[in-house]
Amino acid sequence: MDLLIQQIFNGFTLGSIYCLVALGLTLIYGIMQVPNFAHGHLYMVGGYVTFFMMTLYGINYWLSAIIAGVVLAVLGILLERIVFNPMRNSPSTNKFIAAVGAMMFLEAAARVLWGSDFRSIPAIYDNVVMIGGVRLTEQRLIIIAGAVILMVALYVFLKHTLIGSTIEAMAQNRDGASLVGIDVNRVAMLTFAVASILASAAASLSGPIFLVYPAMGSLIIMKVFVIIVIGGMGSIPGAVLGSFILGMTESLGATYISSDYKDVIAFAILVLILSLRPSGLFAKGGH
Amino acid sequence: MKSTNQSSKVKYIAYLGIFALAIAFPYISPNRYYLTVVTLGFIYAIAVYGLNLIVGYLGQLSLAQAGFFGMGAYTSGLLSLKLGLSFWLSLPIAAAATTLLALLVGLISFRTRGHYFVILTLCIGVIIHLVIEKWDSLTGGVRGLIGIPIPTSIGPIAFKSLESQYYLVLAFLILTIFVMSRIASSLVGRTFKSIRNSEELAATLGINVMKSKLLAFGIAAFFTGIAGALFSSYIRFLGPEIASTHLTFEFLLFLLIGGQATIAGPLVGTLLASAITESLQFMQEYRMVVFGALLILIVKFFPGGLVGATKTLKAKLEKRVNQGKKSGTNLPSKGESHAAKNRGFN
Repeated sequence: MDLLIQQIFNGFTLGSIYCLVALGLTLIYGIMQVPNFAHGHLYMVGGYVTFFMMTLYGINYWLSAIIAGVVLAVLGILLERIVFNPMRNSPSTNKFIAAVGAMMFLEAAARVLWGSDFRSIPAIYDNVVMIGGVRLTEQRLIIIAGAVILMVALYVFLKHTLIGSTIEAMAQNRDGASLVGIDVNRVAMLTFAVASILASAAASLSGPIFLVYPAMGSLIIMKVFVIIVIGGMGSIPGAVLGSFILGMTESLGATYISSDYKDVIAFAILVLILSLRPSGLFAKGGH
Repeated sequence: MKSTNQSSKVKYIAYLGIFALAIAFPYISPNRYYLTVVTLGFIYAIAVYGLNLIVGYLGQLSLAQAGFFGMGAYTSGLLSLKLGLSFWLSLPIAAAATTLLALLVGLISFRTRGHYFVILTLCIGVIIHLVIEKWDSLTGGVRGLIGIPIPTSIGPIAFKSLESQYYLVLAFLILTIFVMSRIASSLVGRTFKSIRNSEELAATLGINVMKSKLLAFGIAAFFTGIAGALFSSYIRFLGPEIASTHLTFEFLLFLLIGGQATIAGPLVGTLLASAITESLQFMQEYRMVVFGALLILIVKFFPGGLVGATKTLKAKLEKRVNQGKKSGTNLPSKGESHAAKNRGFN
């Protein structure tokens, strides 16, 4: 029983990380109608920036995370300007390929600059809270709390601020949004910035538990794709729900099915879902 | 009429020249290293021809291709290593197994479209990779398969030397190019292109879209499987990374550099990219930095790749020459060039 509760808790932690990355991806998809293959690599760069801020400059954890967020926002905007904006009117296959190119570039650049070693963001909150027989490490609690706070902040930003609602407006109807005077370019840049900050936050939060390395983006991006396909591409509640479904399944699957094949589980779920419902579980219909 | 005859004659001579060069290459190559690089390039090119059929002609971005390559390589490698099967049996079995797997994958994935299809095939590629990596008892896991035998000799023809293996791979490459060019110019090929242009329209014209897609996917996987089998007997070592998505992305890069939906593109792109890779060996680490950026530039500025860009250039030159002939001068007046432009649009 304790093991089950422990795994559910771990599933929540995993789900929180997935959620932050998935929200960014789904926001970008809503605006650009392109799956940003490089999104996992933004997460990776976020992890590295946090790591170097802490180890090289001795800056404290929270400040490092904020600096990483700012750096990533700039990187996200650059990515939008250099790669996605010029490809706006290209056929969708070409957009995918450009995104793949951006992904290859970022991963290779990370290898060149920082090497292929696994690094770990120094853990400062490594106390253990015991509730019954369940071990809750502080860092995992921080991950869950951080994710919840960011999700609420994103909700408030999108629903209750003027600038945030322009993102929703453009996701709903691009032409309509520009007709009422919304600057489409600015919104696209804003979306990339917000999405990159979320990815960076996910990496800063998870860095002390999971490691930081150049290929970390490739694995998470595929899992996050699974999530937004499950949740319906472009849907925000779907992304949140999908993240926790996947986090739970992986955590429980690793314990009760096979830890060797735990990464296969996510993809097997996707194949299963898409064979039964070719347009996703919660598809909004007609895309 | 006369000029088209002449140009087809020129083409014919060019093909013969390239063919002669390919035959003579082991003798004119200054060292064995180049021969190794070109042989490996030919093997990859066979797989890229498969990708070209799916991406170029059918217009579906499948990212499971390295998975199929790995499937072909491991099937052939395991059969010859564990069961002691001859290469000439394990190669067709590997190709058939890969085709079968692809048809299964196609049945599931072609029910989805657009973004979903890309993501689904990407995930299927990852599943194949992970299964190869984790199925330790069969595939040797991350340690890989070591000591796969070279192709068994047929009668007096042995495949011990590098040169003989080069010719073996060349023969398969020529077969691939022949089949692909026949497909491209056939009704089936045009069916694929019509699906690329508009699935709805193709369906309206009475084309069975699902069946055609499966056909293309199966043929592509068949050749990818052959490429995998050739790879296993040529390199004689297999690790799970040959099925990873990195290889898929490299195939994609090769295809785009050369030019998608062209017959020469996959070969040109693969050889050129291999040559660049080898000559940039001293900056191995920067290779993917350059290629990643290159990929973005190509899709933005030269979506037709090298072959596509050459064709556009040639068409422009021909137009200019024709204009010159008609007006009797090399510099056509403004009005005539406008008329020519309008003809061009029709």
